[in-house]
Amino acid sequence: MGALLWKLWAVFAPLSLVTIGGGQTTLAEIQRQVVQVQHWMTAQEFLNTFAIARLAPGPGSLLVTLIGWHVAGPWGAAVGTLAIFAPTAFLIYGVAYLWRRHHGARWQLALEAGLRPVAAGMILAAVYVLFMTMEGGWAARAIAVVATALMMRTRLNPLLLVACGAGVLVLLHATGMTP
Amino acid sequence: MPQNEPPPEPRPTAWLLFLIFSRIGLTSFGGGLSGWLYREFVQDRKWMSEEEFLNGLSLSQALPGVNVKNMAIWIGYRLAGARGAAAGFLGIIVPPAVFIVVLAVAFSALARYPATNVALAGAAAAAIGLSASMGITAARRVPRRAMPLFFLGGTFVAVGLLHWPLVWVVLGAGAASVSIEYRRLPDRER
Repeated sequence: MGALLWKLWAVFAPLSLVTIGGGQTTLAEIQRQVVQVQHWMTAQEFLNTFAIARLAPGPGSLLVTLIGWHVAGPWGAAVGTLAIFAPTAFLIYGVAYLWRRHHGARWQLALEAGLRPVAAGMILAAVYVLFMTMEGGWAARAIAVVATALMMRTRLNPLLLVACGAGVLVLLHATGMTP
Repeated sequence: MPQNEPPPEPRPTAWLLFLIFSRIGLTSFGGGLSGWLYREFVQDRKWMSEEEFLNGLSLSQALPGVNVKNMAIWIGYRLAGARGAAAGFLGIIVPPAVFIVVLAVAFSALARYPATNVALAGAAAAAIGLSASMGITAARRVPRRAMPLFFLGGTFVAVGLLHWPLVWVVLGAGAASVSIEYRRLPDRER
C-alpha cells in the first residue's frame, strides 16, 4: 500500500510542475502513464473517468483524484490530489507576495497594462473554442448566447442560470425539437 | 491607471473565503471556473477590481500549476494574506475532490438515463455564458490604442483559431505587450 501511494506521488508530482496553461496540456501524458506505463486502468476505464471529471464541478484536474481513488481507495485519492495541486502552490504564493510589496512600481504598472489585453484575448479564445465544440446543436448554442446576454445585463445567480440551461435543453429534447 | 478605491465591503475572514471557494468549487458545473470567480469577487462582492483579477488570471496561466488553484491562492492572498491563500487553496480543492468521488460512484447508476447527458450539455452551454460575459467585459475595458487592440486580437487568433500552445502565447504576447507599456510609462523611480 505504501509503495503504491509513493508511486502515485512519483507519477503525478512531476507532472504538476509542467502543467502550464491549463490541465489539458498534461492530459496525454497522464493517459500514457496510467494506461500504458503503470497499467492502473484500461483505456476505456480512463475515458470514462475523464468524462466524469469533465462533467463534475470544480477543477478539471480532479481527474487525478479519481485515478488515485481507483488505484488505492481514499488514501490514493488524497495522495493523487496533493501530488497534482500542492507542489506548485508556493510559486503563485510568492508572486502574490512580491506583487503586494512592490505596489505601484513601474514594472508592475507595465505588467498590469500589458497583461490586460492578453488576458481578455485568452478568455475570448477559450469561449470561442468551447462554443464551437459544444454538444447539443443549435439549441445549446442559443442557450449559450442567451446566457451571455443575461449575465451581462442582470444580477442573476449563475447556478440558477446553469440549472435553467439544463432544464431548457432537456425540455426541448423531450418535445423532439432538437436534432 | 490603477485604481486604489477602498473595497465597499469589509475584507473577508479566511473562514468566509473557505466557504465561498467551497461553494464555487461545488457548484461550478460546466467548467470555466474563472468566470464563476469573477462573478463572485469582482461583480457581486466588489472585493477586487477587475484589474487585480485579470492580473492574477494572466499570472495564473503563465505559472506552472493548475490555473484555478493558482487563481484561488492569488485571490485568497489579496483578500486575507497567508491564511486567505490557504483558505482559497483548500476550499477550491478539498470539497470538490470529495464530491467527485461520490459522483463517480453514483454516476454509473445515472448514466443509464439519456436525459442525464442532455441536462449536462445544457448546463455546460449556459456556463459558457459566464465566461463569455467576463471576456466581453474585459475586452471592452482595453484602451482603444493600436498596440493593446493588436495584442487582444492577436491572442484571440493565436489561441482560438490557430490553436497555438497557450503557454507560449501568454509568455510571448505578454512579454511584448508589457515591454511596450513599460516604455510608455514615465520613469517614476527617480
